[in-house]
Amino acid sequence: MFKEIGRFILTFLKQLGQASQMVSSCAFWLARAPLEFRQTMIQTTRVGVDSIAVAALTSLFTGMVLALQAGTTMRNILSEPLYIGTLVGFSLVRELGPVLTAFVITGRAGAAVTAEIGTMKVTEQIDALYTLGTNPARYLVIPRIIAFMIAIPVLTLFANVSGMLGGLMVSAHGLGVSPTVYINDIKTYIGTGDLMHGFIKSAFFAFMIAVVCCCKGLNTRGGAEGVGKATTAAVVISMVLILVADYFLTAILASLGI
Amino acid sequence: MIEIKNLKKSFGGKQILKSVTFSIKEGGVTTVIGGSGTGKSTLIKCIIRLLEPDGGQILFDGKDITHIKDELALAQLRRSFGYLFQEGALFDSLTVGENVAFGLKYLTDTPAADYPKIVKEKLALVGLKDIENMRPAELSGGMKKRVSLARVLAINPKLILYDEPTSGLDPIMSEIINELISGLKRKLGVTSVVITHDMKSAFEISDTMVMLHDGRAELVAPAGEFKNTDNPYARQFIEGSSRGPIRMEITN
Ligand SMILES: Nc1ncnc2c1ncn2[C@@H]1O[C@H](COP(=O)(O)OP(=O)(O)OP(=O)(O)O)[C@@H](O)[C@H]1O
Ligand SMILES: [Mg+2]
Repeated sequence: MFKEIGRFILTFLKQLGQASQMVSSCAFWLARAPLEFRQTMIQTTRVGVDSIAVAALTSLFTGMVLALQAGTTMRNILSEPLYIGTLVGFSLVRELGPVLTAFVITGRAGAAVTAEIGTMKVTEQIDALYTLGTNPARYLVIPRIIAFMIAIPVLTLFANVSGMLGGLMVSAHGLGVSPTVYINDIKTYIGTGDLMHGFIKSAFFAFMIAVVCCCKGLNTRGGAEGVGKATTAAVVISMVLILVADYFLTAILASLGI
Repeated sequence: MIEIKNLKKSFGGKQILKSVTFSIKEGGVTTVIGGSGTGKSTLIKCIIRLLEPDGGQILFDGKDITHIKDELALAQLRRSFGYLFQEGALFDSLTVGENVAFGLKYLTDTPAADYPKIVKEKLALVGLKDIENMRPAELSGGMKKRVSLARVLAINPKLILYDEPTSGLDPIMSEIINELISGLKRKLGVTSVVITHDMKSAFEISDTMVMLHDGRAELVAPAGEFKNTDNPYARQFIEGSSRGPIRMEITN
């Protein structure tokens, strides 16, 4: 038992070491070499386009179920479906939009990044980068971190809109709340602070996913099996970290009044 | 040009290089031979510092490069070499043309407009043409190897480390590659380190030959001398005999 906890902590520290080494190497090369603009553009479009449909669909249904739950609860408490727009909007913009989008992208783009970089590692393509005058931080990691940090907040925005539309459909057709009221509930109670709250979180998640997935890829060993293991680990670690970071970020942002 | 002294390298407690000592002369071809798994690839990866040795010393033009850690200094060091990977290590997300041109952007001042011309020229050197738009996955093993060689040649390195340049090639193509290596030495004074299992090629192109065995440089000698050596390990290797001091661990 203690042995297992000890091993877990050791692995955790080792991986934290690998990640911070990779991030500092990125900072080093970002300051010293021009950005790989083409790679960054390719990655940004790939992440964005890959995930837009599934992100929108996920949050459409989330918005719908939120409206349904809020409607039933409000009916029970206040015998009228009040503030549905506000409840749906708040949950989406501050919490579910950023978290669910981060989850979806981890599964789609994050896994792909680990698999690709992991394969490059086990077939010596990473070493080849070094011998041809560049390095993985500059050629692979920096473009992906930037791509994730652009694509994920933008996708989160899309997801928020799509979720609120889902909520609107359910409240209009299932709860009998008119769209004007629903939209008004959103407009009156949700401000730029809430948008900011969600935006900061999703940018932070984006950074975290990109770092975890790139780092797992770069430290892959052991052929095709190793690539599979690294990919699974990257997805699991990213998802757990998203939830853990979400709590702490929310607490910090709330204490700052955002 | 390069001095290797008592070089040591282990992987996970298994000592692969125990104490390797030899030197590489500028403008010559040094061939490294030795059984499969004796650490030939490991050795040249230490030279270009894709791996960090555990002990011993590597001097490059008199400068100790054994434990350089600074990323900029390492990048600078690696610029001095061309490296042909045993399995090619082509970037499979890029086309053949983009692969061959890859190093030009980072290691030379060549304007991008000249890349297609250089790519064509270097592919022709290794006997390939009209494959610029193909992907590495669409090539045969031998073609990959040659594209990878073209990628190395494109950056005109003064020192090239070849990890089995002719393995997987037919005898005629192997001969062409051997002539290419000799030609680079003759015409441009390129220094080469060649790992090979092909004894015929080795005698043909080498100035110096190094035989690795049991983590050491068992024999280092000029090619002519090496051919007639009475070192039993080298003899067995040259003759390709299963009887001799080198025992392969085979269990039924
Ligand atoms: N990254 C690594 N991690 C663990 N062990 C390794 C690693 N690289 C090489 N080895 C081990 O080191 C030994 C030597 O490997 P190396 O690739 O240098 O052999 P080689 O002489 O090039 O063989 P071959 O002629 O088959 O290419 C092998 O036993 C291999 O298992
Ligand atoms: Mg090898």
